[in-house]
Amino acid sequence: MELIKDLPEVFEEFAEQRQNSFLNVKKLKEQGIPVVGVYCTYFPQEIAMAMGAATIGLCSTSDETIPDAEKDLPKNLCPLIKSSYGFAKTDKCPFFYFSDVVVGETTCDGKKKMYEYMAEFKPVHIMELPNSQSPEALELWKKEIIKFKEFLEEKFEVEITEEKIREAIKVNNNVRRSLKKFYKVMANDPVPMYGHNLFKVLYGSTFKFNRAAIPAEVDAVVEKIMAEYEVEKKIEKKPRILVTGCPIGGATEKVIRAIEDNGGVVVTYENCSGAKSIDQLVDEDNPDVYDALARRYLNIGCSVMTPNPNRLELLGRLIDEYKVDGVVEVVLQACHTYNVESFGIRRFVNEKKGIPYIAVETDYSQADIGQLNTRLTAFIEML
Amino acid sequence: MKEDMWKIMSMNYVGIDIGSTASKVVVRGKNDIRFVLPTGWSSKETTIKIKERLLEAGVDVASEDTRVVATGYGRVAVDFADKVITEITCHARGGRELAGGDCTIIDVGGQDTKVIQVNQGVVTDFLMNDKCSAGTGKFLEIMANRLGITLNELFELAKTGESIPISSLCTVFAESEIISYIGEGRAREDIAAGVIDSVVAKVAQLAQRQKSAEKIILTGGLSHSDYFASKLSEKMGKNVMPTELGRFAGALGAAYLAEEKRR
Ligand code: SF4
Ligand code: SF4
Repeated sequence: MELIKDLPEVFEEFAEQRQNSFLNVKKLKEQGIPVVGVYCTYFPQEIAMAMGAATIGLCSTSDETIPDAEKDLPKNLCPLIKSSYGFAKTDKCPFFYFSDVVVGETTCDGKKKMYEYMAEFKPVHIMELPNSQSPEALELWKKEIIKFKEFLEEKFEVEITEEKIREAIKVNNNVRRSLKKFYKVMANDPVPMYGHNLFKVLYGSTFKFNRAAIPAEVDAVVEKIMAEYEVEKKIEKKPRILVTGCPIGGATEKVIRAIEDNGGVVVTYENCSGAKSIDQLVDEDNPDVYDALARRYLNIGCSVMTPNPNRLELLGRLIDEYKVDGVVEVVLQACHTYNVESFGIRRFVNEKKGIPYIAVETDYSQADIGQLNTRLTAFIEML
Repeated sequence: MKEDMWKIMSMNYVGIDIGSTASKVVVRGKNDIRFVLPTGWSSKETTIKIKERLLEAGVDVASEDTRVVATGYGRVAVDFADKVITEITCHARGGRELAGGDCTIIDVGGQDTKVIQVNQGVVTDFLMNDKCSAGTGKFLEIMANRLGITLNELFELAKTGESIPISSLCTVFAESEIISYIGEGRAREDIAAGVIDSVVAKVAQLAQRQKSAEKIILTGGLSHSDYFASKLSEKMGKNVMPTELGRFAGALGAAYLAEEKRR
């Protein structure tokens, strides 16, 4: 596949993917394709794909509906939870509206309690995600995955065969391989593109319904980027930043902007918008598909796990591979798990990796842009 | 080398720190100038005033021989600056001069409080409280207003008082606490001591989140207060040194960086 369009145009297309999918999801519904709305990286997407359903991320990223949410939920709660609930309740999110079923996991306290209320106006299937990665936890998670499969089979009156699941695993692994190849271009110094464009593609690709078509498209983007890079290095060397912490997108892209407007460049995202959800493949050779899926997903290094060694493992690896100069952690206001874990992450980054670390706490408003700019500029000045 | 010296002597390096309450200016090089003026409601107007005062003193910011670095929260308003650098980096540079080397800088400003670690001459870490006015100069100002006294009087009174606890972490609630103390007829000295204790506790809490250097200096509007420094030392169990020129730390650093950043 060869790209005819210019890169900036390609990046914009990815950026607009979420908006465009608003229309596409309606078309899917008209074709009778089931839509499964999801909130979390722990969601085993392959099960839904195996029955031919489209999956769509529902995590909201704007503060528009927070006042509505605050009628039911406490003010002092993570904006991701409030905003997601608000969009659901006010029916302002087309993805939510068109979802036949919504899947939630028992991740952090705020989210799982919020789902209880959401279930009052939408079919919500809750998967019981263990909060550790022990053998017992693995067993439970595997059972939960099988239970989810049975739930779908019953609800949509279909049969989800292992064969189909295996196919879905292959498709998704290929997506992961191509996205990894894509973000890997940022290992180059100087970088061939800005981190905000890296983000657009990673984020936008999660809203593409035709998963099987992603690799060819992304591979073409990689080729184009590298071909242009060979000819000319357009961006000079800059302090290289790794972003970790809570999921970002929409309103919180202000953090990326604050970094890149003030002299830095984001070379990699460790959080759910990046490597955390892409890095590991599902074992295609495991004869037990459910075991393979359970292992892959349970091993995700999110702060809702205790202990959470896999986050450090991934962070350490990314810091080395991407020659990272400084780590920026985004903590959404009132997110206890990431906020508490931040102390340990700082220690790891400072002491084990020997580079500076800063945590910024933020929400979905634009009120703290000045403060973010000062903090992040000062951080970049010290690198 | 000789040429270099001559260059420095013929140049003016200007550091301008537009803080939320006060703006500080330091000139190094050919001239040696230092002044403070209130920021007022418009950083833009303050900037114009600074330009005029500098010109009166014989420093033309538009001239080839003048390099200007602006810092502080109103730094972008200084449209004639050659470079804009954050207050963290400037404070660290100025603090290094004041401390004579590596140090921890505790800066209690009008609107925010920061703690900066300077190691081997560079910033290695910093923390900022700029989301909440408790633990900043603003808190003291509001409480002094409530008591109907000036900031200086607040400090004077506090020295003779027996601190009464102010438990609220939030300025608005702390203010009502103080109003009820006034209503109860508590001694102003005691309330004043309580107010300062509350700020000291907040600042110490922030500072203790990081490992301090051997030398800890106080900068910002309260930096010359021996009383505040000694209370803070007590709370932290470490010696915090007051500095005579501490409120100029940011501007001084900016003036040094005006020279260094061009090379
Ligand atoms: S941060 Fe954790 S809980 Fe949130 S979406 Fe990612 S994996 Fe799920
Ligand atoms: S950001 Fe934190 S609090 Fe918010 S949903 Fe994710 S884990 Fe929960």
